[in-house]
Formats: sequence, C-alpha cells, structure tokens
Amino acid sequence: LWWAHSPPARLPRPPPVGAGGGPVGSCGRRAYAPPAERKRFYQNVSISQGEGGFEINLDHRKLKTPQAKLFTVPSEALAIAVATEWDSQKDTIKFYTMHLTTLCNTALDNPTQRNKTQLIRAAVKFLETDTVCYRVEEPPALAELQKNEWDPVVAWAEKRYNVTIGSSTSILGPNIPASTKETFVNHLASYNMWALQGIEFVITQLKSLILSMSLIDRHITVEKAVLLSRLEEEYQIRRWGNVEWAHDYDLCELRARTAAGTLFVHLCSESSTVKHKLLQD
Amino acid sequence: EPLRTLRALLRELRHAAGRSYRDSPAYRHVLAGFRRTGEKLCRAQQELHFQAATYLCLLRSVREHEALHREYHGRGERSPQEVAGLVGFRLPQQPGGKG
Repeated sequence: LWWAHSPPARLPRPPPVGAGGGPVGSCGRRAYAPPAERKRFYQNVSISQGEGGFEINLDHRKLKTPQAKLFTVPSEALAIAVATEWDSQKDTIKFYTMHLTTLCNTALDNPTQRNKTQLIRAAVKFLETDTVCYRVEEPPALAELQKNEWDPVVAWAEKRYNVTIGSSTSILGPNIPASTKETFVNHLASYNMWALQGIEFVITQLKSLILSMSLIDRHITVEKAVLLSRLEEEYQIRRWGNVEWAHDYDLCELRARTAAGTLFVHLCSESSTVKHKLLQD
Repeated sequence: EPLRTLRALLRELRHAAGRSYRDSPAYRHVLAGFRRTGEKLCRAQQELHFQAATYLCLLRSVREHEALHREYHGRGERSPQEVAGLVGFRLPQQPGGKG
C-alpha cells in the first residue's frame, strides 16, 4: 500500500515544524507522501450517513481521501472503527498507525489503478512462492518445525478448497496445478472490490495466500497467522535471542496490519451491514 | 473465553478513547453486538467473537508498536554535543567564532 504505510525510519530526524513538513534531507521525499505526523487539528470525531454510505466528520469538516474524494465507507461498523482511529490520536496524528483509514483510502482512490481481475491475479500469484509451501532442508530442526507447523494448514487448505498444493524444498518453489489456481481465482471473485483490496493486503503482509485464506475463513487467529508467517524468525529468536527494538517492533507492526486487513475484509463482506451501491465492481 | 476477549477489548477502547470512552461509538457498538448476539445461533456468536478478537489484536498491537517506537526509535538524532559526550569529549569553544 502507498503513502501512510511507510513508518518513520528507525532513527528519524526530529519532526520539522511548518505546514509542508515531512521527512527531508538525505532521505529525500516521495512526490505524493504527506507528512508522517501532523498536529491534531480537530476536537470531535463523529459519523454521519450520506448517500453512498457512512462518512467521518472531524469537527464540522468531512474527511476526504488523499485524492480529495469524499471519504465514504459501506459499513457502519467500519466507519466506527475508523472514527475510533481518528479519535484516539493525541497531540499528533500518526498516520502510519491508522491502518483501517489507509485501507479505506486505498479502496476509494485505488491508486495502483488495478481492476478486480488484476487484483485477483496478484493475489493468486503469491501461491507460487507461498511461505508455507517453501521449505528448507537445513537446519533439520527448522525443517521439522516447518513440517509440524505448516503441513496442517496446507492440508486444511487442500481439503477446504478441494485442491492439490503440496510443498517443495526446491529453489523454484512448489509446482501449483493450474486447476488449483483457477479454484482460488473463482473463490476470490466472489468477494467485492473493497474486500479484495483487503485480502490482497493481508497476502502481501503475510507473504502467503494459504495463511491469508486460513485467517479470512476464521480457521486461525491473527496471532497464529503472524506466528506461522514468521516461523523462521521465531526459530532464530529462540536460538539466538530476542531483540526487542527489532523483533518485537516488527512483530507488533505485522500483527497490527494483518489484524486491520482481516477486520477490513470481514466488515466489507457482511451482506447485512453493507451498502451495495458503494461496492459495485 | 468470549467474555475475556470482550473485557480486554473494552479495556483497549478505554486506552484509545480517553475520558469519555463509555460514550464512544466503538464502546457502545461492541457492547450492543455482544448483547444482541447472546441469544443468536452458535455461528453468529463465533463470528462475532472472531471479529472482537481481531479488533482487540489490532488495538493492542498498534498500542504496543507505538510504545516500542517511542522507546527505541522516537528520540531522533543526538546533537553534536551529545555525540562528543558519548566518548568523553567536549566540543571546542571559540568565542570569536571559527577563524
């Protein structure tokens, strides 16, 4: 995802004052990136219902997307969660922590300009290098761990979707039959555009289509999915020790993003609470 | 188990919202959801519990991530004086400015 999903560098310069502020200096500045932080400029956050769905109000102003479209979401629960993100900002607005807002912006603006077919294709492509199918042979302890932790979830996916996936220790990765890919393409096509943005996001975070589907089908929790995605890191941590400012930092960030993506998919898929007009593909 | 999730989720919302957390839309929505689903089928309960657990994970992880960022990555660069002080030096003082 774009703009807000680039947290400040590990040793950031002190935030500059001034309206056009943003990280400047040797690291430069991307053309569309707004400042990573900004002072909180509103007192009250509220939700209202408009023509296309639910809107967020910051005091009397209506929230807009980065491309200046009206920020409208199809689900009231999602609007409430977004409003909570805005209301929980203290003195400064930390955009990089507002994952649900960012996902909504992406769904509304579609900055990569991908249509449904392209999104599905990008998602299913991950299967060819799916983390849980890509096995090591050395060290034996890690190979064993992968087998014990990942085999069950691959087996679940094969049973649930009636496909063959398998796993591989080859550098080329597993050989996924075309019929398997087609099954997943058809399955993903049943989701609307918003939910698909969320699904593709979760897949890019976990680096695994299988783990993402397992999560979205509520077979495993976010914590478990993240653990399985980071299995090798966890193995190395247990062997060599944990470094809080790196390992825990990355772990929390991955959990936050994966949880946001999952929640986003579910809230955009609940037919009872969703305004279909907005979700037209 | 669902009760523990609910309690933890409400606690996270308290952290997020501040003083008026009980009036916040999220707090009310979560409570209403749990009350409403109490009488419903097992499947609706499971789905709601999963959603609550996911939202709890989101709130908790964001808070923990921010705390780690503040502690380890939030302080910016050291000044030249501080850097010199790390190895026991002091910067030279030149009253008339540099020659």
